[in-house]
Amino acid sequence: MTVVEKDPTRTKDPVLVDVSWDPITRIVGSLGIFTKIDFANRVVADCRSTSSIFRGYSIFMKGKDPRDAHFITSRICGICGDNHATCATYAQNMAFGIRPPAMAEWIVNLGEAAEYMFDHNIFQDNLLMVDFCEQMVKETNPSVLARAENTPAPHAADHGYRTIAEIMRALNPFTGEFYRETLHVSRYTREMFCLMEGRHVHPSTLYPGGVGTVPTVQLFSDYLVRLMRYVEFMKKVVPLHDDIFDFFYEALPGYEEVGRRRMDTVCWGSFNDPDECDYTYRHMTNWGRAMFVTPGVVVDGKLVTTDLVEINRNIRILLGHSFYEDWADDGEVFVEKDPLGFPIDKRHPWNQTTIPKPGKRDFDKNYSWVMCPRYLHEGEHLAMDTGGGAFARLLATSLAGIVDVGYIKATGNSTKIYLPKTASKPEVEFEWKVPKWSNAIERDRARTYFQAYAAAAALHFLDKAFAELNAGRTDTFTPFTVPDEAIGCGFHEAVRGVLSHHVVIRDGKIANYHPYPPTPWNATPRDMYGTPGPYEDSVQNTPIFEENGPDTFKGIDIMRAVRSFDPCLPCGVHMYLGNGKVLETRHSPNFGPQP
Amino acid sequence: MATDTVPYGRKTQRDSPVSDLHIVWITAGLGCDGDSVSITAATQPSIEDVLLGAIPGLPKVHLYNPVLAYENGEEFIKSWHAAANGELDPFVLVIEGSIPNETIKKEGYWAAVGTDAATGQPITTCEWIDRLAPRALAVVACGTCATYGGIHAMQGNPTGAMGLADYLGWDWKSKAGLPIVNVPGCPVQPDNFMETVLYLLYMVAGLAPIIPLDDQLRPTWLFGDTVHDGCDRAASYEQGDFAADYNSPRCLVKLGCWGPVVNCNVPKRGWMAGIGGCPNVGGICIGCTMPGFPDKFMPFMDEPPGAHLSTGVIGVYGTAIRALRKVTNTTVNKEPRWRHTRPELTTGYRPTTY
Repeated sequence: MTVVEKDPTRTKDPVLVDVSWDPITRIVGSLGIFTKIDFANRVVADCRSTSSIFRGYSIFMKGKDPRDAHFITSRICGICGDNHATCATYAQNMAFGIRPPAMAEWIVNLGEAAEYMFDHNIFQDNLLMVDFCEQMVKETNPSVLARAENTPAPHAADHGYRTIAEIMRALNPFTGEFYRETLHVSRYTREMFCLMEGRHVHPSTLYPGGVGTVPTVQLFSDYLVRLMRYVEFMKKVVPLHDDIFDFFYEALPGYEEVGRRRMDTVCWGSFNDPDECDYTYRHMTNWGRAMFVTPGVVVDGKLVTTDLVEINRNIRILLGHSFYEDWADDGEVFVEKDPLGFPIDKRHPWNQTTIPKPGKRDFDKNYSWVMCPRYLHEGEHLAMDTGGGAFARLLATSLAGIVDVGYIKATGNSTKIYLPKTASKPEVEFEWKVPKWSNAIERDRARTYFQAYAAAAALHFLDKAFAELNAGRTDTFTPFTVPDEAIGCGFHEAVRGVLSHHVVIRDGKIANYHPYPPTPWNATPRDMYGTPGPYEDSVQNTPIFEENGPDTFKGIDIMRAVRSFDPCLPCGVHMYLGNGKVLETRHSPNFGPQP
Repeated sequence: MATDTVPYGRKTQRDSPVSDLHIVWITAGLGCDGDSVSITAATQPSIEDVLLGAIPGLPKVHLYNPVLAYENGEEFIKSWHAAANGELDPFVLVIEGSIPNETIKKEGYWAAVGTDAATGQPITTCEWIDRLAPRALAVVACGTCATYGGIHAMQGNPTGAMGLADYLGWDWKSKAGLPIVNVPGCPVQPDNFMETVLYLLYMVAGLAPIIPLDDQLRPTWLFGDTVHDGCDRAASYEQGDFAADYNSPRCLVKLGCWGPVVNCNVPKRGWMAGIGGCPNVGGICIGCTMPGFPDKFMPFMDEPPGAHLSTGVIGVYGTAIRALRKVTNTTVNKEPRWRHTRPELTTGYRPTTY
């Protein structure tokens, strides 16, 4: 087992300064980051993160009609709400015992593929890449910008920017050419989404049992022409991002340590195959493996399972430093055994009870509105991350080596993506190879490659949808009745990582409902066993490459580490890390002792 | 540019009497940031049209929205503090997310953003509203959470959530004498919101009268009509032709669509670029723009109580009309009889030269 040991050269006596950013911007939701920076050794010594919003979905959903679950839970998130709605319909389908027509699955897959194309695109190039733009690099690392001015872009022929600095200029917010182009791309990809699911971000046409979308030649043609524009765009974007990411490794030796942690990732799989997926728990192992993004748990770089039933049994929700009372002693047991007879833990989402208890923020006690999801592996409650979604998806899919659909081939250690000829560019092949590190740059790079993956997957789904249409199989909905008593679970990939919905139905109403989105996995506080969350060990020990001293410190390396996870705060983010000696307290970037 | 240097009396730009306008946008209500994300989809106008000055005669706009900001932390939030201290003027305050009731518990907070330097505690969203609303030129509630409470104000909620007008008072007026402007929608339809912003900019520039609002403080030109008024499936309603399940491209009113009684322009406008929507593309209208949302529309997938009677009545008339139209439709689907290959002219023209 290779535990990442970071910065063994920390030799000088630490000079710790409290630096905080509240809020962290360019993410969805309100995140505060509170750090102790060791400016003598140029490293982050300590880090806590908080979010300060509580809404109470699992409380107000009790007693509601189970058919309403997808309409309600979509509102959990304003950028990937449709992932919630989709995941909720998966759980409804299992609970109601229904299998939608194949056409409905292809329409949902096309909608969700458009969501990945849109969401990764707008987050990467309109929010995250601002951290790599000319304006930012000029303010944080002027010598790196000077070097970029004189560094030719290796893929200039593919994307049209002669030097790395030209790429950086194109990324400047609102004034940069590429920034504005990606805003435009974020719009036509959302149009593709709206063709399939009606509205972005809270869909109108999804139902348990299928969709209300009307499958026509026009519907799929309108999608296709936009998709091909995106395919052409990706032929420029992948080389452009490769150029800028490779440049950072080259210009700042050791940059691979920024945001680095053990390669412990989770992926719950995405895009059901209607030929295999019957939504029964009994067959979930098989239809889970047939998904077009393979579910998988990776511990220390090794794939340990691709079995959704096993994955479901090993999810645990632990209490952390959060504003809740424990339920494990006297909370209600909703599910004693899963449908295959395996005992279900008191701390499994099916059995969770949410009891809020608001209080003052106290970093030594409670400061958080989230609990701690953990994965139980060989007796240990592991804090797993999603790598911002794309990283864990490509890793699980690559290592499993199952997906093979013509446009995509998983090889066992890489994923090959084939994009057909477009208006002005020939056919290309991209290959995402399992990287050496789980760090900020590789999480960001995986996001770009997954944009291409989603486009390639959509080409396959379009082939399938046209085949159904041409064969006259245009039903999109399977009627159903709501059972009095049932349980269900849905597994999906929200854009930024794993998403699960667990529902218990009694007397035809929701008795218990617990959605678990990606950000709680990535950003948990310490749990009751003292295990820190993924942000904590990836941000702590991040070396500081920024050229500014304490007085003008912007914390760009920390921002890059945090944003690489694509934090989405409506999911809830809270973390806590260690105890450092406080020498000074400063609020970046306006320094000076605070009262 | 001085007019005397301009040839031929040319005039392409009119200076706004207010040169700079700030938009302070708080996303930290109980929400999902879906409205901020939504406005990045707008094209009529787009966010960059407004920020880059693409529309003539308007003030220069400075936006302080955490989802889109370049700055972080203190560098970002100092603008909010400046607005609260009267140093950033004039500004429009945009609120996103429902307003929790912070007075129902002993301690702690339901929604907050930023840290109070004096106490080290989070600054609650309510506190921000209390500081900023009195100084704002106008206050806009963006999305159904902020306008009326929305999903997070559902029955059984633990936070006592409400809309902005419930919090500030429905008679509240800004220092410029403007009521709260409500732009509901879950999320807000992109162009509906940006068009409202554009209207306010015209107002500030002296180019438009006071914004027309209805009793629920909605812009009248956006919310005066119902979903049904703009829905292309309303034709099948009129003919008593109702979908029996979601496989059908007919009117969805018997399957849970509330379109006939919901104020919203989405089926007419589409979701973006005229694409998408709700009942027009197969999604029941769940009333997400309405003050009664969500409780008065749940369970969403049941037929609305009034629809049983109305569809029964329209069914009699509609079925007859549909049958008559079928006859006419069959007739007009046939070409006139004089289009043929026979060696005779039967069009009615009497040729004398051939």
